[in-house]
Amino acid sequence: MSLLERFTKGDADAFEDLFRQFQGRVYAWIVRIVRDRGVAEDLTVETFWRIYRARDRFRPDADFAAWAYRIATNLALNHLRRRRLHLENALPDDVAQPASPDAAVQQEVREHIQRAVSRLPAKLQVVVMLALVEERPYPEIAGALGIAVGTVKSRVFRAVRILRKHLVGMGVEHAGTRR
Amino acid sequence: MQEHDAEKVRESLKLVFPPVNQELQRDLWPLMLRRMETPTTAVPWYDWALAGAVTVLFVFVPKLALLLAYHL
Repeated sequence: MSLLERFTKGDADAFEDLFRQFQGRVYAWIVRIVRDRGVAEDLTVETFWRIYRARDRFRPDADFAAWAYRIATNLALNHLRRRRLHLENALPDDVAQPASPDAAVQQEVREHIQRAVSRLPAKLQVVVMLALVEERPYPEIAGALGIAVGTVKSRVFRAVRILRKHLVGMGVEHAGTRR
Repeated sequence: MQEHDAEKVRESLKLVFPPVNQELQRDLWPLMLRRMETPTTAVPWYDWALAGAVTVLFVFVPKLALLLAYHL
């Protein structure tokens, strides 16, 4: 009997084997999205907890990694939604203007961009992190989100348009310089 | 122009979000065992009430669903 068959039948050792085999990959995927090691660890455990609870619905001939990535991505997405709501209440709209174009300006610009990203809808934040920052292939992102490649492209387009508007509004060419 | 914009935004994002260490620093199995021992909490009644209220709202004001979908 294969490892996945044993897992679906509730074999605890098989689950432990799968956990040890995939925990690193699932963690790496989540940390790319949430960019916080502690949160990524918690979400990795939560991902496997959900996998464990849903084991009897998993077909042993299916792709376990794809299933794990899908669950992990949904959990990361939920985390971004919660964080966004929290930030909307916590972050001020304006940042004090520094006096001269120095490191403080760069810091200010970076904070503006971080804020702009964190205020994007969570589903756009995910594609920003995976497609633009991590440069993962669109089909991989589409698979993890359970959407079409075309939808990933349109979300990237929307996110770029919104972020570009922010950058232009700030008179920024890129995060290090200001016109 | 669109490619150019994407490239500018990508450059900025890469400066703002430096690479994260994707290497898992410790074995998470002990945490997993602890999670499996924790009893699952039931959904509280007020969450069901909220879900019901939102559903009713969508029935009467369907356009709100689009607004919510955008923000999600």
